[in-house]
Amino acid sequence: MRNDTPELTRRSSPTADEAEPDTEAMLTLDGVTKRYGADTAVDNVDLTVRDGELLTLLGPSGCGKTTTLRMIAGLEMPTSGRVGVDDECVAADGDGVPPEQRDVGMVFQEFALFPHLTVAENVGFGLDDWDAEDREQRVTDLLDLVGLSAFADRSPDNLSGGQRQRVALARSLAPEPDVLLLDEPFANLDIRLRERMREEVRRIIKETNVTAVSVTHDQEEALSISDRVAVMSEGQIEQVGHPETVFEHPKSRFVADFLGQASFLTGQFGGDHINTGLGTLPAELLQGLTTDYDGARLDVLVRPDDLRATPCGDESRGGNGTLVGRQYTGPSFVYAVELDTGDVVHCEHNHASELELGERVTVDLVADHTLAWYPAE
Amino acid sequence: MGRDQSGATGVIDGLRERIESTRQYDSHPLVTAAAVLVAVTVISPLLWLGLRAAAVGPTEAVSILTASSTMQVFTNSLALVASVTAVSVVLGVPLAVLTVLTDLPFRRVWTVALALPLVVPSYLGAFAFVSAFGPHGTLAELLSPVGVTIPTIYGFEGATLVLGLFVYPYVFLTTRASLLSFDARQLEAAQTLNHDFRSAFRRIVLPQIAPGVTAGTLLVAFYALSDFGTPAIMHFDTFTRVIYVQYNNFGRGTASLLSIQLLAVTALVLFLESRFGSGADSGDGYGGGVTGADSPITPLGWAKVPALLFCGAVVALTLVVPVAIFGMWLLRSGPGYAAGGFGFEWTFAINSVYIAAIAAAATVLAALPIAYVSARSDSRVGRLLERSTYVGYAVPGIVLALALVFLGANYLPWLYQTLPLLVFAYVVRFLPQAVGATRSSVLQVDSELLGAARTLGETPKGAFRRVTLPLIAPGLVAGAALVFLTTMKELPATLILHPTGFTTLVTYIWRVQEAGYYGRAALPALVLVAVSALSMILLLRQEGDNA
Repeated sequence: MRNDTPELTRRSSPTADEAEPDTEAMLTLDGVTKRYGADTAVDNVDLTVRDGELLTLLGPSGCGKTTTLRMIAGLEMPTSGRVGVDDECVAADGDGVPPEQRDVGMVFQEFALFPHLTVAENVGFGLDDWDAEDREQRVTDLLDLVGLSAFADRSPDNLSGGQRQRVALARSLAPEPDVLLLDEPFANLDIRLRERMREEVRRIIKETNVTAVSVTHDQEEALSISDRVAVMSEGQIEQVGHPETVFEHPKSRFVADFLGQASFLTGQFGGDHINTGLGTLPAELLQGLTTDYDGARLDVLVRPDDLRATPCGDESRGGNGTLVGRQYTGPSFVYAVELDTGDVVHCEHNHASELELGERVTVDLVADHTLAWYPAE
Repeated sequence: MGRDQSGATGVIDGLRERIESTRQYDSHPLVTAAAVLVAVTVISPLLWLGLRAAAVGPTEAVSILTASSTMQVFTNSLALVASVTAVSVVLGVPLAVLTVLTDLPFRRVWTVALALPLVVPSYLGAFAFVSAFGPHGTLAELLSPVGVTIPTIYGFEGATLVLGLFVYPYVFLTTRASLLSFDARQLEAAQTLNHDFRSAFRRIVLPQIAPGVTAGTLLVAFYALSDFGTPAIMHFDTFTRVIYVQYNNFGRGTASLLSIQLLAVTALVLFLESRFGSGADSGDGYGGGVTGADSPITPLGWAKVPALLFCGAVVALTLVVPVAIFGMWLLRSGPGYAAGGFGFEWTFAINSVYIAAIAAAATVLAALPIAYVSARSDSRVGRLLERSTYVGYAVPGIVLALALVFLGANYLPWLYQTLPLLVFAYVVRFLPQAVGATRSSVLQVDSELLGAARTLGETPKGAFRRVTLPLIAPGLVAGAALVFLTTMKELPATLILHPTGFTTLVTYIWRVQEAGYYGRAALPALVLVAVSALSMILLLRQEGDNA
């Protein structure tokens, strides 16, 4: 399923992930913390976003991602820590520059278009200190960029959801911000429009070469539009990396679980191999496993697309598991198989398959990448 | 062909069935007839007023209307409207912004306290201010030993101050309504687009709340035109005061002509209000989902203390001053103070309660058919019937009272200066309140319930008695209570139409006020302030139910 996403091919290879940044940092968060009374919403967050990069803060609701975004915008001030935009400190230890004096643009979840102004007036709103001619030119260029030139004199009331979003995007890009922030930008669109707008928004952001930070709780959205993803949980950043890296090699069980249907194989490390419910796997298959862990019990992460189940025919013995559940998702079937070791794993088949509940199956590993693992709990 | 025809008849039959099935919940012809009767009766006073005015000869009419004194009255009224409107905007808009958009402490408490003057009759405020700051008032008494004389409270300035303080809540509330439907994220959006709060407010908030503010100012203008008590107490010659003076001096022709002139001006204001007023609640925050809880709040910072002082000063002038003045008079009045012809008797209070109870019952009875018909049918007749009750809102109390005087004096002498005529005046004035409360509760009764009752064997009458009536009872009671409380404090109609010897709290306050015995009115005035507070609680509860 992931392989259908065209963005994957456009990105740099996952191996560049741990490499030094190739461009300079445009946005830095340094120990940023936000407390509301006794509650800590954001807890000591460090983050660097490079010039021209699109980074997504991904996490469940209440994980502090929106608060982080609002602190970058200046709509909230951090309790402690420091925010820097383009080498300029804009917030430090509870005080900072107000939003109108930061070179930061923001696309709001509900778009927050001004209903009493036309589309063109909305886009030109942040250009007060430009001279009239430049302003007009800038508005024209941006409406052109988002494909709404014909709508310049309309009222936002008469636009569709996707059009409103494009106006909001053009409006926030107009003053040439150093950093563009997007707060759940697709949450207000219906599901089919959402997929189209993802590509459209990524195209516009890349075309303007602006540094962008977006916030979402939708892992598919984060994986498909971002250059890098930062997964947040309980006010802290759990992992930052390229979408493929974060998806395939999550650093924690939380990240593994949040990014997609995760199953775990319990296994025993035996020097150069691991014994699991799928049989014996070579140790090289597990990312970063060293002999220090010899004899240890581990949990190996497998996702539905890493596994394939095949029926064993009429023979009631044989195979390594029993089919205990199946779910039809449209493009594919997801089967739940209870392995003989007791682990339950999920296998995804993208063709109609004739597996029946209760049937004996053989589950094989078909992953073309190394697997993530965690010490057994 | 034959088949086609039978198909068509089938469709028509189906339609007829559907039409009849909805009609079955429609009101009974007798109910409609009752509603029409009530509507015609409440409109009729205008007719009598017109007849009386027509009795003045045309030449005389022209000379009265073009007299310099009439012109002066006209100018005075307009000047008062303009100044009161200005005061209302200056007070109402900032207070609305503070209580909706900022982190002002105790916003809920302030909101209620700042809206409260709306239900306190302005004549109580005028009375309190005169007795505090007037020539023989408390402040003058305090200052005269040290040789300081204070500028007079009477006249244009005093009337502006008092009316402004007691009618600004119209602007406050309509502005609040606009601000509440305003998506406050727009302010944040403007800030991220390099505008500070002040600039964002001017460019984003003001244009969007302008319709709400306009609606409020038109209500204020209407109230300033039709208010009788304040100009009268402040000795400022507006329409209402001159009409009253003319009436007392048997210049009834002049009074009727001035009434019609006043009606024309108020009609103009109300027309404008109906044009612009609808804009107040159309400021839809599309994109939705922005509730009070998660809409952003602008921190006041250093402005917090001045903002609190501003709110405190307004509440002090509108609520604390009157209550303090009345309370002080009450404590001062020693034994024997109440002696003489102006002594307070508890029968006045009993009279007030008695007449208000009758008025409440009569108003709710009259409101029921109109509310029922207008809620149950969406026809032109239904809407027209409901609109006809607005006469009570639109006609200034003094004009209505005068119209009923003409009716009594010229056509029904046996009714003149009797309680039934007074009750009728109350019914006309307060019918809209009762219709509003009843109508919304009728609307909440699911018409399927009546259908269910019918299928269980009830007649339409039985279904109304056993299903509708119990369900709308709370609405009826709320309407009755509101009319009761409003009647208790009604001034102009009570003053002109009360039977000789029938003294209520209001007429008593008026009498001692005119005589300058301020202290005597302390207790009844405090009672009326309490009555006002009660009606506020009722209104808030109704608002909560509708939300």
